[in-house]
Amino acid sequence: MSAPLTASAAAAAIAPGARPATGFWRRALRHRSFVLGAGLSLLVLGAALLSLVWTPWSAYDIDVASKLHPPSAAHWLGTDVLGRDIVSLLLVGARSTIMVGVIAVGIGLTFGVCLGLIAAARKGWIEELIMRLSDFTFAFPAVLSAIMLAAVAGPGMLTSTTAIGIFQIPTFVRVTRGSANAIWAREFVLAARAAGKGSFRITIEHVLPNILSILIVQATIQFALAILAEAALSYLGLGTQPPQPSWGRMLNDAQTLLFQSPMLAVYPGAAIAIAVLGLNLLGDGLRDLLDPRLARER
Amino acid sequence: MSGAPLIEVKDLGVRLNTSRGPAQAVRGVSFALRRGETLGLVGESGCGKSVTALALMGLLPESAVISGSIRLDDTELVELPDKAYCKLRGNRISMIFQEPMTALNPMHTIGHQVAEPLLRHTGVSAAEARQEAIALLDRVGLPDAAKRIDAYPHQFSGGQRQRITIAMALACQPDVLIADEPTTALDVTIQGQILDLIAGLVEERGMAMILISHDLGVIAENVARMMVMYGGTVVESGETNAVFTRMGHPYTQGLFRARPRLGARKGTRLKTIAGTVPELADLPAGCSFADRCAIVEQRCRVALPAVVDVGASHGVRCIRTDVSMAAGDVGA
Amino acid sequence: MSVFFLRRILTLVATLFAASLIIFLVLDALPGNAAQMLMGADASPDAVHALTVKLGLDQPLAVRYLLWIKGMAVGDLGNSYVYGTPVSGLIAERLVLTIPLAIMSMLITVTLALAAGIYTAANHNKLGDVGVMSLTQIGIALPNFWFAILLILLFSVKLQLLSAGGFAGWDDGIWPGIRSLLLPAISLAVVQAAILARVTRSAVLEVLREDFVRTARAKGLGKREVLWRHVLRNAIIPVMTVMGLQFANLLAGTIVIENVFYLPGLGRLIFQSIANRDLIVVRNCVMLLAAMVVIVNFVVDVLYAFIDPRIKVANL
Repeated sequence: MSAPLTASAAAAAIAPGARPATGFWRRALRHRSFVLGAGLSLLVLGAALLSLVWTPWSAYDIDVASKLHPPSAAHWLGTDVLGRDIVSLLLVGARSTIMVGVIAVGIGLTFGVCLGLIAAARKGWIEELIMRLSDFTFAFPAVLSAIMLAAVAGPGMLTSTTAIGIFQIPTFVRVTRGSANAIWAREFVLAARAAGKGSFRITIEHVLPNILSILIVQATIQFALAILAEAALSYLGLGTQPPQPSWGRMLNDAQTLLFQSPMLAVYPGAAIAIAVLGLNLLGDGLRDLLDPRLARER
Repeated sequence: MSGAPLIEVKDLGVRLNTSRGPAQAVRGVSFALRRGETLGLVGESGCGKSVTALALMGLLPESAVISGSIRLDDTELVELPDKAYCKLRGNRISMIFQEPMTALNPMHTIGHQVAEPLLRHTGVSAAEARQEAIALLDRVGLPDAAKRIDAYPHQFSGGQRQRITIAMALACQPDVLIADEPTTALDVTIQGQILDLIAGLVEERGMAMILISHDLGVIAENVARMMVMYGGTVVESGETNAVFTRMGHPYTQGLFRARPRLGARKGTRLKTIAGTVPELADLPAGCSFADRCAIVEQRCRVALPAVVDVGASHGVRCIRTDVSMAAGDVGA
Repeated sequence: MSVFFLRRILTLVATLFAASLIIFLVLDALPGNAAQMLMGADASPDAVHALTVKLGLDQPLAVRYLLWIKGMAVGDLGNSYVYGTPVSGLIAERLVLTIPLAIMSMLITVTLALAAGIYTAANHNKLGDVGVMSLTQIGIALPNFWFAILLILLFSVKLQLLSAGGFAGWDDGIWPGIRSLLLPAISLAVVQAAILARVTRSAVLEVLREDFVRTARAKGLGKREVLWRHVLRNAIIPVMTVMGLQFANLLAGTIVIENVFYLPGLGRLIFQSIANRDLIVVRNCVMLLAAMVVIVNFVVDVLYAFIDPRIKVANL
């Protein structure tokens, strides 16, 4: 199987001045997709933080008497079939979304970067083995691996998050190895080797700092993918379990009521789309800002 | 050789949009070529010689602003719509590029690529075009042309590929051939062969040729007339012999001194020209060579110097030819 | 056959074996016994043991794995724990839905993506490019099942043009079937097409910068001719690579989309089997999906050699 574009793009991305320039924020605030992306991402993060201290109503209390209310002064976006306030559900849902994203990307990043760095530092059969393994994991998208895990371990947030995280590992392996290989080929690494530094020290002192910006960009984009996967799994009932509100779950509930309350199916989806769009734009913006050479390529 | 010029360029100017802002890449370039005549363009990279060539081909980016006039026979080429230009390119005016390794499409057979201009510009059938392509490849000295016509570019060496691009450029018997550094990317041993091939073909077919090179030796041996370009302008032009015997511009003299020579005493240092080529985006107001010139004066920096005739059709864009040319024969 | 081909086939077989091993280990060796799962936690040990023996689960792991591999080779996948009918039959009757669905959405994806990608590259940095690229940015952010719900809202609830779900089958001719797969195929395709369009655009733009494009122009070819005759064939390789990778996502997407539209396809079978704890069905379905992904990517790899003349020689 062939490498995804991300790996080759990342390999090409090692610019001489890969660390952010001093005028980073000045340039960032002028960058349209960065500003828009950061704004949308902060909106979602803000919603999640807000839900920790305040929601208009409780997102867990069921009040069947006031079910399926249209939007009003009391319930800004109305209520769902169990009488829960939609705004409150959306706010708390942001929390689940972010939590799953952070954990899944954390798993992918930790294992992926370690394996990628090892593959780049230790050539030969170790590299071959790691790359073959990650090639092959591509055949199991997040939904599929989550389904396998759910089949044996039962559905739930932990299962789905782990599955998404595992699915993210190969992408990080490829991106890390691709860009780390490019660093290993550079003169200052040669100089470090000539000075007798071991591959572990070179990896920590030279390789990792130089590929950091690429990893940040990739992590942002993977975060967006994790949110999409989590939403799909929760929609299928394999992810976040009730009563914990989640956007995917809300869509599942709303689908049975399409003819009565169509708008219930619109809000959670829009929330997912905003979060994903924000992260994607943020990733694009970061790529432009952290890596001028790649920006020109696009 | 007499009669009306085949191609006539008058006061050509090209403005390009670069990443560093708009740049006047070419200013006031004028020349005329009759059938069978050869002209050399020499200068360092970024001096505007390739931009001039692309302007003649009409292949500059859309954002480029071209002023002045380029006439091929009676057709004005500046502002010519692309559709009409396509009928001329590869047909009446052809170009050989610098990089034979990348100038050919890796996905098509060489036979297909050589036959393409024939199919495009002449009414021949595919079978005829194929026969003609074999004949052309034979003529440019590709071994086993008939057998290798269905091979792909990666199966050939650099020199062979350059022969293929020459066959491609000559397919429709063009009137004007532009060769942009045709040997720069090749091994030294191959360079002479390719230049001889081009020279032979030019003579055989009576084409007008514009040869672009940064190598004075290549220019000296292959063209009758030459123009030295610097900072987008022609700083010296004339018969090749005349220019080589009496160099008028300090830049031409510097270029000549900087060339490596066989038989030089061991330990002789190559003389380089101090300073660097100016950025086209911020050219100085006066003579573009002023900052690197040894005999620069205050008035050199005021305005672009006019061309001074220093001999029969030998012009130098310098106001200090009295000093520069009094210095004697620098080449000898 | 060339060495190139032989090597690819060996890799393919090895990959399929590795996939089967992982699937088997995850589903059959990890916690719990399938029989226990089927009968629930409070079933009597004797009953569980009886079922274990009946299902052949008392044999050693290696034996069960080899029996499964042998079964796949001869087309006998065993019987469903729940329905008692052959798994191969269950899968086959679902595939008549899922395979047409996958093909339809792949066709829509490729058509939309190539059109948008080529159009935007040819109009680089013009209004049309910026507009279409903004649309793809939004397209990538849409969860496909939400887009499906929006399509249902528009076409079934509002306009009442198409049914909101269910599958008409192929018995009444081809059109009712295709009609009922249309919305699912579109909702699967749009998101993928947005990604593929961006890949196509950058691939075409990259090739447009190559020297041989200028050579082709110098021969007298118009911009359009250069694009069609010289650029696209060079740009198609990265596009195909991504298409191959997207196929995995597409199949995973069918699991979700079949649930949105209540389509009795392979995805829904997997989903129901998990709910029923019918591990033998899950195992074979997942294996089938993984095999499809691996084989499609193998085909893409082999296609490279047909498209790019440089590959054959390099590997001979």
